[in-house]
Amino acid sequence: MKKVIMGNHAVSYGVRASEAKVISAYPITPQTHIVELLSEMCANGEIDAKFIKVESEHSAMAACIGASAAGSRAFTATSSQGLLLMHEMLHWAVGARLPIVLANVNRAVGPPWSIWTDQNDSLSQRDVGWLQIYCESNQEVQDTVPQAFKIAEELQMPVMIVMDAFFLSHTFEIVDIIEKEQVREFLPPYEPEIKIDTADQHSFGNLAGPDYYMELRYMIQMAMDRGLEVVKRVNKEFEDKFGRSYGLIEPYRCDDAETILVTSGTVASTTRVVIDELRDEGVKIGSLKIRVFRPFPIEEVFDVLSKAKKVAVIDRNISFGAHGIFYQEIKSALYGRTDIPIIGYIAGLGGRDITPKVIREIADKAIGDKQPEKYINWIGVKI
Amino acid sequence: MKAPRIPMEELMGSGHLACQGCGATQAMRFALKALGPKTALTIPACCWAVIDGTFPHSAVNLPIFHTAFETAAVTATGIKAGLEMRGDKETTVMAWAGDGGTYDIGLQALSGAAERNDDIIYVCYDNEAYMNTGIQRSSSTPVGAWTTTTPVDNYKREPKKNMIDIMTAHSIPYIATCSVAWPEDVIEKFRKAKEIKGTRYIHIFAPCPTGWKLAPELSIQMARRAVTSRVFPILEITENGEKLEVWKDFEPTSVREYLKPQGRFRHLNDEEIDGIEKDVERKWQRLLAKEKMMAAIPGME
Repeated sequence: MKKVIMGNHAVSYGVRASEAKVISAYPITPQTHIVELLSEMCANGEIDAKFIKVESEHSAMAACIGASAAGSRAFTATSSQGLLLMHEMLHWAVGARLPIVLANVNRAVGPPWSIWTDQNDSLSQRDVGWLQIYCESNQEVQDTVPQAFKIAEELQMPVMIVMDAFFLSHTFEIVDIIEKEQVREFLPPYEPEIKIDTADQHSFGNLAGPDYYMELRYMIQMAMDRGLEVVKRVNKEFEDKFGRSYGLIEPYRCDDAETILVTSGTVASTTRVVIDELRDEGVKIGSLKIRVFRPFPIEEVFDVLSKAKKVAVIDRNISFGAHGIFYQEIKSALYGRTDIPIIGYIAGLGGRDITPKVIREIADKAIGDKQPEKYINWIGVKI
Repeated sequence: MKAPRIPMEELMGSGHLACQGCGATQAMRFALKALGPKTALTIPACCWAVIDGTFPHSAVNLPIFHTAFETAAVTATGIKAGLEMRGDKETTVMAWAGDGGTYDIGLQALSGAAERNDDIIYVCYDNEAYMNTGIQRSSSTPVGAWTTTTPVDNYKREPKKNMIDIMTAHSIPYIATCSVAWPEDVIEKFRKAKEIKGTRYIHIFAPCPTGWKLAPELSIQMARRAVTSRVFPILEITENGEKLEVWKDFEPTSVREYLKPQGRFRHLNDEEIDGIEKDVERKWQRLLAKEKMMAAIPGME
């Protein structure tokens, strides 16, 4: 059934279809609609789940960790400060190898207070060990939830679904709603081999000396390495069943492109409009959307970008004292294998619009600069 | 106190990593005897995070989920929810935290769980300082005590926080204090708690010879004197915070006799000890008055 719904509610419908058993959350703008609708669904019986209304995001993640360790499918949603407060427990979920799914609505971090979008909240969780999937449309958001659970449960790793505040969270689009009866075949009930069970006692996470710790960390990296193949396979299974597909990355008109703009999230949609305009003008340009950020699809990215003469990365985030974070990842993926210039553009922080005009400006700069003076360029800064 | 039969079953084994004379270790042993094998534990950062043993060993024959410092209560909530959604409604889920994880860093999550009346047993084993990190003051450290962050020249001046009042304010179905000096009472209270639904808070006084600068063989004696000197009252609060019963059926001993053997109080002069004695007496009288007052409220027995 098709419905016109906001991005936040697309998450809720995805969770309903995935039959999460424990949901725990704390309100924060602009995420709150996700858990409001889930709370309603729990109350009216649409979902057979326990909803734990905790007193902080830190506790929300801790509750999910307990529930997941006890063998139940667990979900939470948050944003910005909430995600930052969870930071310690994000690490805990990874170390405990718990397949929790979290939806994070990208919101700028304070101060100053901002409720509008940028990616610094999720990207500052880059190194905790969560898979991160950046979505572009409400349909993709909904469809990514059962995919995320399937990926998470196979890898025994938590997965973060990331979406832009307002541009996605509060924007209404047509979504083909998936139902649990359809999803069950694709995503069977969660049955972990080892869980908290009085009939099969284990001590989880107790002190491990230097003789063990490193191997446990190596196994997390092995899971991440396997992640790319698992994401692809799960996506294929989803496509076979539902007819919709989302890859690790999404190249657009890149085959003969001399310049490629790298984007993520909703900026990818706007960028495609600009690519079409420029193509009409005879400019050989394409764009590449990064959907899966962790694990980073190095080979896939290299295959697309290495054919271009120039790469421009649009970052709605900044690692202070360094560069945009996607820029660093792209540069690292290409390092030593090609000498094409990679130029970084910082735009749209704190929810400032990245309009077709802004992207056109970035494209013009990128095309114009033969060998740019600066590899990090701020777009539209008024000082 | 009547003496229940103590189960022979040992769910906690030897080979744990506690110091000699550790009260927290005895507390766990007694608690598990009462709760039995259908119990799952979560333990935050505290001495017990180490006492359990190093991977791949565990001193407890039960599932234990080690969790972050401030999350014992809510991790237990999550475990209970997770088990119930799998159809296991029987397992008792117990959060087992020290005073630091209860009074200080874990207070928010504990308050949240208690306010929701989540179906867990929360235990604070109280050794009155951050012992696992090497004896730093917590808000449970009593007035006058030395710790590494309250050196003798600037010993702890602030009174021990009243956790029982805080928990009472949450109107939960069961609150009890007990001491490792009375194993029968510990077992009785855990048995009682096991049969109640909702948040149950049990506060066990558990001496730490290492942190108190006390000979290990005096650990139980100090646990007993803390009670008989009225420094640590044994009580039960039932009927969602409406009924208070204080245990008074013991031969009183002096506060001085409780403080003297402990190196952490060695620097205190007579005048300072007098002050502590007065304070203990005032708090005891206040507690008894409260017990009477609560019993006198119309409609309360």
